[in-house]
Amino acid sequence: MHKSLMLGTAALLVSTSLAGADTVTVVTSFPQDLTDPFKAAFEAAHPGTTLEVVSRNTNAAVSHLQETRSANSIDLMWASAPDAFEVLKTEGLLAKVEVQSEGIPDAIGGYPINDPDGSYFGFAASGYGIMYNTRYIQANDLPVAKEWEDLKRAEYNGHVAMSSPSRSGTTHLTVETLLQGEGWDQGWATWKWIAGNMNTVTERSFGVPDAVNSGATGFGIVIDFFGLASKASGFPVELVYPSVTAIVPANIGVIENAPNQEGAVKFVEFLLSPQGQQVLLNPAIMRLPVNPAAYENAPEGFPNPFSEDFAPGAIEFDVDKSGTRYSLVNSLFDVLVTYRLDDLRAAVSAVHKAEAAQAESGNAEAKAMIDEARALIEAMPITEEESLDPSFAEVFTISRADPETEVVGRQAEVEQSWDSFAVENYRKARELAEQAAAMQ
Amino acid sequence: MIDRTRAAGVVRVVPNPDGDFMQDSSHLQTGRRGFTLFPRLSGAAAAGILIAIFLMAFLVLPVAQVIYVAFLDARSGAFTLQNFQDFFNTTLFRESFVNSFYVSAMSVVVATAIALPLAYITTRFNFAGTAAIQALGIIPLIMPPFVGAVAMSLLFGRNGSINLLLNQYLGFRIPFMEGLNGVILVQSIHYFPFILINLSASLRNIDRSMEEAAQNLGSHGMRMFRRIVFPLAMPGYLAGAALVFIKVFDDLGTPLLLNVNNMLAPQAYLRITGVGINDPMGYVISFILVAFSVFSLWASFLFMRGKDYATVQKGGGGLSRRDLKPREKLLAWAVILFILALVLSPHVGLLLLAFGTIWSFAPLPDGFTVQHFATIFTQSSQYVWNTLIYAGSAAVIDVVLGVGIAYIVIRTGLPGRKWLDYMATAALAVPGVVLGIGYLRMFHGIQLPFGLGQMSSFWGIIIVALAVRRLPYALRACMAALQQVSLSLEEAAESLGASRASTIRRIVVPLMAGGILAGFVTSFATAAVELSATIMLVGRSSDAPLAYGIYLYMQSPAGRGPGAALGILAVVIVALGTYLSQRIIERERRRQTMNGEPR
Repeated sequence: MHKSLMLGTAALLVSTSLAGADTVTVVTSFPQDLTDPFKAAFEAAHPGTTLEVVSRNTNAAVSHLQETRSANSIDLMWASAPDAFEVLKTEGLLAKVEVQSEGIPDAIGGYPINDPDGSYFGFAASGYGIMYNTRYIQANDLPVAKEWEDLKRAEYNGHVAMSSPSRSGTTHLTVETLLQGEGWDQGWATWKWIAGNMNTVTERSFGVPDAVNSGATGFGIVIDFFGLASKASGFPVELVYPSVTAIVPANIGVIENAPNQEGAVKFVEFLLSPQGQQVLLNPAIMRLPVNPAAYENAPEGFPNPFSEDFAPGAIEFDVDKSGTRYSLVNSLFDVLVTYRLDDLRAAVSAVHKAEAAQAESGNAEAKAMIDEARALIEAMPITEEESLDPSFAEVFTISRADPETEVVGRQAEVEQSWDSFAVENYRKARELAEQAAAMQ
Repeated sequence: MIDRTRAAGVVRVVPNPDGDFMQDSSHLQTGRRGFTLFPRLSGAAAAGILIAIFLMAFLVLPVAQVIYVAFLDARSGAFTLQNFQDFFNTTLFRESFVNSFYVSAMSVVVATAIALPLAYITTRFNFAGTAAIQALGIIPLIMPPFVGAVAMSLLFGRNGSINLLLNQYLGFRIPFMEGLNGVILVQSIHYFPFILINLSASLRNIDRSMEEAAQNLGSHGMRMFRRIVFPLAMPGYLAGAALVFIKVFDDLGTPLLLNVNNMLAPQAYLRITGVGINDPMGYVISFILVAFSVFSLWASFLFMRGKDYATVQKGGGGLSRRDLKPREKLLAWAVILFILALVLSPHVGLLLLAFGTIWSFAPLPDGFTVQHFATIFTQSSQYVWNTLIYAGSAAVIDVVLGVGIAYIVIRTGLPGRKWLDYMATAALAVPGVVLGIGYLRMFHGIQLPFGLGQMSSFWGIIIVALAVRRLPYALRACMAALQQVSLSLEEAAESLGASRASTIRRIVVPLMAGGILAGFVTSFATAAVELSATIMLVGRSSDAPLAYGIYLYMQSPAGRGPGAALGILAVVIVALGTYLSQRIIERERRRQTMNGEPR
């Protein structure tokens, strides 16, 4: 029965499957708001060339390229997450091509714009910021949080959201930036205190701006264009850049064995040309051009990462360090924070309560207990040296690990030991804080 | 008309005074075997083999290609069971298992509490708007991806409309959408239609003489419902309850939307879909999900074993319906309206989202507009058309396979026939992305003839993927329907000289019509909003279905309104389809009643 149905409609399909003479096929995780203006501008600049856009989320796009490598039909991968490009590069799925472009510096905010090996190219930059809902903070009588440190304060308890670094390459870079900026132990402590104020750790990076736009949560740690574009679409939200921010390029790369490599290079060159960079200033796109010249035409108040006063605390980002422990940091964050958010939240909120009580009474014994509880929450199961030790870090990338490295342990085993460490510490911290609070 | 006295003689479920079932089916069982084994072996065996090949090619092998890594050492690639040992040694996974089990069991309980009154009132009484209620009852299944989640949190979230109002006037909030209880609430609202549809179909099939016999013996009211009516409707109820249980156990959408990740399915998903992650535990969990689903199904078979629910009297319109007294009518309406208000509220939220301008931290949107519909109008016709073709074809494939498998499992003695059922039902536990990757792995590089291109990017493969994913829904409905058809009707047809094929065509399938339709509707409605496998397989935007269109919009803040508008479109299309088919059954039933009723 269904056979005849399929055959019947097959004829219809043949007529639509004949593609144009010169088609560039790009797989992307970007929304139509971004791809449509580029498609229009590119096709106008190169008459006779068609840009065919296939939308998939980053994970689906990477899996699809991996699975279809034997008969690849995609010319370009176009997405934000630098980690996705790293994975494609290590698996030999990206072609090294010569691209002509002018006026683009090597680095933006301490982060290199292009892949040093020439496998992929940054075409736009994005910073991380704190997005907040103005109605929400007014109703809850909260001040604006301007720095990461602010989000640690007790008054923001239950008002913050972020996405998990393992689910979003850009969140990962924010986490790593703070770890590099403040140091391993202090950086993790900051993240745990912020996470203790969270009401959710979302699974999709777009879940955070969605929650802030709806007013489900007051503050969100987001990539800037989510905040800027939400504001541009009329939501009562604002975005601030903390002084330590990660500037991350959004990338494009040519796929190995591209059916139309020439056309693919043409599109990359167009993106990097002054004409292409100009498209980024479109209010629905709101990404930061990587060509400093493009900022001359930028609207009033548009952030310029090349200016002196933008994120003065930006650090020199160590790409090698980040790369070595990439998966380890993701896994550590999930085990200590994402999967044990309830335990962490309970501990953090108990400490906040105990501190409020202690501030009034001034009880020294309670103070000691609170300090102990704080130390328990902040304690880390591994040191920075361990995180950079390949034989340990590659437990988390085992099938792609360097064959020379002797890898010790299995991921499940390591995660289980971290998990019991975290659960036990959070429980003890909560008990201590509760005792301290009851003492006065 | 079939002789009533004979009918009473072959009904084999006899509630005894303790309320248990007496089982006297043993001699009939052997009689049936002897009768069925030989004449139909050839046809049924051929069909069974074809179905088995279909399931192997489009479900078992593609999935096996992905999850076999659960049995491999991640480093050396050698065979190992270490990963399973790790699973049981991990506290988080053990907790996740317990949470998943608890949530599934509680969801069945809550879903039953929602579905039972609706099914009972609409099948037992003359009640205006029965068709509308039955059609509305399926709408919760059609929850468009992403926008549905946003709509729910805007209504029920911590700062959703209800909590904002409660907090403003009464000074407290209710955590509807938090933690495991939030998951139970949302899952029950979402999946209770499985019970409603299957239970209603079963109630309609009950022989009225059973009820009359009970009344003659002095039983009535709740007692009769508990002792006679509900036990006779058990195949439908169990079919629905098993679906709810397995589906909730395997579902990842709802826990993820509520950010509850200490359950098994989201753990598997999070570990499989991370970019560049090769954690074998994701596949271990997938394997355990599949195994546990098959186990639950087997357990529900055990429960049903040795009981026979078939009744001979058909087309008599099921239970007798009576009119309600005015007071009862009021009560019935109150119950129904309350339940409908509860289960349709997400869709009310969706409607507000689709017509609203900006909706943020407020009980209602700031203003209303039709702009979002204008935005989608230009490009949605392609999506609508694709969705109708994909979901419609998938549902047709599902009922054909469902009837085939049900017939083979229940009516034949083919060796290994139960495995057809287990295989098909295991599809419930396979995450969409695993199936999608499996298809790419299996079918990429296969060139189709007639210029159709790559098999993995051919739109027909989307239909197959949808059919495989939704087959369990249709299958359970068909199984329940066939369990209620008495073998003696087929025997009668055959003794009157009808061939096997024409018996199936003219007796079995028409008597299963209600169940088949229920299966078609659930498969169609849920296939219309499927995304997780589709997104891997859509090769060109011109081949994309509605759910993919919603995904495209929901990638940007400005797309929330148009995404919701597309969601409304999907709901309306599916609801119309359901309403029409509901009308058709009702009309058919009434026609049969008028022709066949002796009184």
